[in-house]
Amino acid sequence: MNEAVIQVNDLKKIYHIGNIEVKALAGVTFNIFKGEVVSIMGPSGSGKSTLMNLLGCLDRPTSGSYILDGEEVASLDDDELATIRNRKVGFVFQSFNLLPRQTALANVELPMRYAGVTTERVARAKASLESVGLGDRVYHKPTELSGGQQQRVAVARALVNNPAILMADEPTGNLDSKAGKEIMELLLNLNRTKGATLIIVTHDPAIAAQTQRVIRLRDGLIEEPAS
Amino acid sequence: MNIGQAIIEALETLNSNRLRSTLTILGIVIGVGAVIAMLAIGTGAQNSITGSINGIGSNLLFVYKGNSVDSNHVPKSVTTADADALLDQTQAPSVLAVAPMVSGSLEVTAGKEKTTTTIDGVTADYETVRNAALSEGTFITADNLLERASVAIIGTDVANKLFSRTDGLVGESIRINGLPFKVIGVLEKKGGSSFGSQDNVVLVPMTTGQLRLFHGDMNNVDMIVVQAASASSTSQASDEVANILRVRHRTGAGQDDFTIISQQDIADTAQSITGVLTIFLGGIAGISLLVGGIGIMNIMLVSVTERTREIGLRKALGARKKDISTQFLTESALLSMIGGVIGIGLGWLISFAIGKIAAASGTPFTPTIGLSSVLLATLFSTAVGLFFGIYPANRAASLEPVEALRHE
Ligand SMILES: Nc1ncnc2c1ncn2[C@@H]1O[C@H](COP(=O)(O)OP(=O)(O)O)[C@@H](O)[C@H]1O
Ligand SMILES: [Mg+2]
Repeated sequence: MNEAVIQVNDLKKIYHIGNIEVKALAGVTFNIFKGEVVSIMGPSGSGKSTLMNLLGCLDRPTSGSYILDGEEVASLDDDELATIRNRKVGFVFQSFNLLPRQTALANVELPMRYAGVTTERVARAKASLESVGLGDRVYHKPTELSGGQQQRVAVARALVNNPAILMADEPTGNLDSKAGKEIMELLLNLNRTKGATLIIVTHDPAIAAQTQRVIRLRDGLIEEPAS
Repeated sequence: MNIGQAIIEALETLNSNRLRSTLTILGIVIGVGAVIAMLAIGTGAQNSITGSINGIGSNLLFVYKGNSVDSNHVPKSVTTADADALLDQTQAPSVLAVAPMVSGSLEVTAGKEKTTTTIDGVTADYETVRNAALSEGTFITADNLLERASVAIIGTDVANKLFSRTDGLVGESIRINGLPFKVIGVLEKKGGSSFGSQDNVVLVPMTTGQLRLFHGDMNNVDMIVVQAASASSTSQASDEVANILRVRHRTGAGQDDFTIISQQDIADTAQSITGVLTIFLGGIAGISLLVGGIGIMNIMLVSVTERTREIGLRKALGARKKDISTQFLTESALLSMIGGVIGIGLGWLISFAIGKIAAASGTPFTPTIGLSSVLLATLFSTAVGLFFGIYPANRAASLEPVEALRHE
């Protein structure tokens, strides 16, 4: 458990709106170890999503260093970042982000398409949907599924390429408490059974309490050093 | 992603926006259809003109009085003696046959029917030189010429006008300029355009024409048709004819008082005119294809904007630039290819209809769709789709994933 899959050093993200400088992330430093379950908390606008987008390689930092699985992300080009998003990271969004016209199966297949998986694609997508308890909803479209079910599809999609790290930005934010609880259980269970590293952004102290460590953000800075 | 998948996905996307896709395709359909039809009409016109030029005989030279170069001399007439001189095998070895002729436009009557048509006074050699085939009767003979016989051979159009039929006419009487002539033959119908048409013509012995119908001068002819021995010897024959005539007319070099035009010259001129026509028509039609292409670009740009979130998501899940641009390029290429295929069908229909209309109005000409124009249209329309798809596709591919995901 000593291997750091994520090493962040003085990471900054600064937006310029006209002449105003918005320090969404003002310089954060921390490590996350393999198999850890970490939650990121903080008031609205404190920079949680900004940090998650950087960790998920969806965005580039203004400055600082981010080493993911031994690789300095800043030095990678767009296509290499795409490959990392595809293979190493599974991302779950607050707003599900499913393709509305595609079936659950097709949505889960999507990351494998970009990974070049062809023959086992359908089988693996079905297995992934089964592992989140949606084995009987394979051909449903998002509009035919409840919010909780849609987020399960999103989790199945995040899992399907067997990423080392699962990241979820307020995964329960759009769900009622019961569905939210189920999603959390699903994610935590993945950590227990598969040893996946888990990073969850949340407002909910009850959820944070279920994680091994909490990183608290305020105004783009870490409030108390992570232990 | 492989191309097969990309095509299936693109078809699904296009199908989910059916009305929009259809309208976009329509722009290409019209463009390609117009290009195909215009090229077909151009080629058809070219073929029918070339065909009718070839129909008047092969390897011919036309010699007549006067020359645009000469302005100081009164040109001497071209005469029967000139024509005879051209048959000299030592001076004109490349000349195969010579057919002098006189011609004019006169009124022809039979009973109450009358028509005004071209009367050609010809010699017996006309038959072979001009490829004149008879559907009935016999051709004008050397005896007819000697006797200055009042006999005539009529074309099918003339036959139809005067007798309302084209067979069983040998032995009938007609009057040319009021003088009686006996029909001894009917020319086979050749069709084709008006150039050198043998359908609307009456042939009489040249001597008869000279004496009784035209100027009354037994020496002068209006034109000498010379047939060269072969296609490769026509220019040689032309030089030989020119040399003989220069000596006979006592004209210096560069002061010719006669003109020689070869059948090939006429064919070349016609070819280049119809070629320009074809390019012109095709070019105008090409503009509509261009407009169709801009339509594709427009729709693809709208589509990229609409699907910004989708693009962001795909990128977040690992799509590379190439994956995204392939997706959009496949869509635009499919739009234009489908449009191209339907457009070829439409172009064929239009050509077919125009051919029918032309036939119905008495100028039979067949619009011809060449394999090359089909290939050209397919390639061009696909290229249009790709070209106008590139900008929207690149725009989609270069979206930043976070920005795109934030898009509402
Ligand atoms: N694209 C952007 N342009 C300008 N400012 C931004 C942008 N994204 C985020 N911010 C700002 O950065 C800060 C942190 O935002 P965010 O990370 O979304 O907060 P959280 O997710 O913790 O609510 C906020 O003040 C927000 O206004
Ligand atoms: Mg947020």
